[in-house]
Amino acid sequence: MNFDLEKLVSDLDIRDAILYFKGNIDSEVINKVLDSAEGRLLSSHENPKLRKKVYNVLVESLQNLYHHADHVPSGYRAAKPDRFGLIMMEKTHKGYRITTCNFVTTTRVRELEQKLTKINTSTSEEIKELYKEILNHQEITEKGLGGLGLIDISRKTGNRLEYKFVKYDNLHAAFRLSAMVTVE
Amino acid sequence: MEPIIIEGTPKTPTIKFDSREGIFEIKGRSIPENSVEFYKPLNEWLDAYMQVPLDKTVVNIKLEYFNTSSSKCILDVFKRLEAIHRSKHDVEINWFYEEDDEDMLEAGEDYDSIIKVPFKMIEIVE
Repeated sequence: MNFDLEKLVSDLDIRDAILYFKGNIDSEVINKVLDSAEGRLLSSHENPKLRKKVYNVLVESLQNLYHHADHVPSGYRAAKPDRFGLIMMEKTHKGYRITTCNFVTTTRVRELEQKLTKINTSTSEEIKELYKEILNHQEITEKGLGGLGLIDISRKTGNRLEYKFVKYDNLHAAFRLSAMVTVE
Repeated sequence: MEPIIIEGTPKTPTIKFDSREGIFEIKGRSIPENSVEFYKPLNEWLDAYMQVPLDKTVVNIKLEYFNTSSSKCILDVFKRLEAIHRSKHDVEINWFYEEDDEDMLEAGEDYDSIIKVPFKMIEIVE
């Protein structure tokens, strides 16, 4: 099949991205991406409040890929089948947009959609309560806390999460998630 | 009992829990991929300290960043401190946050609303 995760970001100009990575996400990659992003934000003397939010959202986005990206479909070209994804960050006139893409199994699409719909239709006060509820009552697993990363990203940015799913085959979909990080 | 000291790294905080002075500190960044593994020795140490706590324990939290998986582990640390407080020993948690870092202030307020231990929010002015 002639499909690449990059197609999910074809409407964005990757040449303008100040950060771009596609491949297997391991601890080392996370360190490098974070170091590079922090270096760029510091050297451009970015507003500290915005810089911290961007860093936080990047951490959660990378760790979402690390913990929650499903295996790539068989036949898809990747060095390793697990923890494969794409992350990019662009500077916009209002702040920064952080986008991640990865594969999910079709059985997870509905669950993810429900989670994202709930987050996007909640007020900031409801998001805060939801965060505390999960923090206080859910057991932590190897993969972290179910959905807390997405809630945290929404809470830190205060913006709706943009997302889409593109069917790959009967078992897999490609998932794109974008968060706009802005400060008032 | 011996203090527990763990040196910080770019992804994990410096931990200094001194059972002789009753002063505990978590400082730096807490963004490891596997937070449970990192916090396990600290929580085990606290389980032992809970058996013989000092009359007063002061806890200073000076975090620059922490990820969501650390947030649960930090709550587990606070729940142990809450148990010490419930057993009629003084516990005070000082939550430091940098000037204008509203997200870190809110994170401290979240814990304050969950944990029944006196919390003090302290702004670090640069």
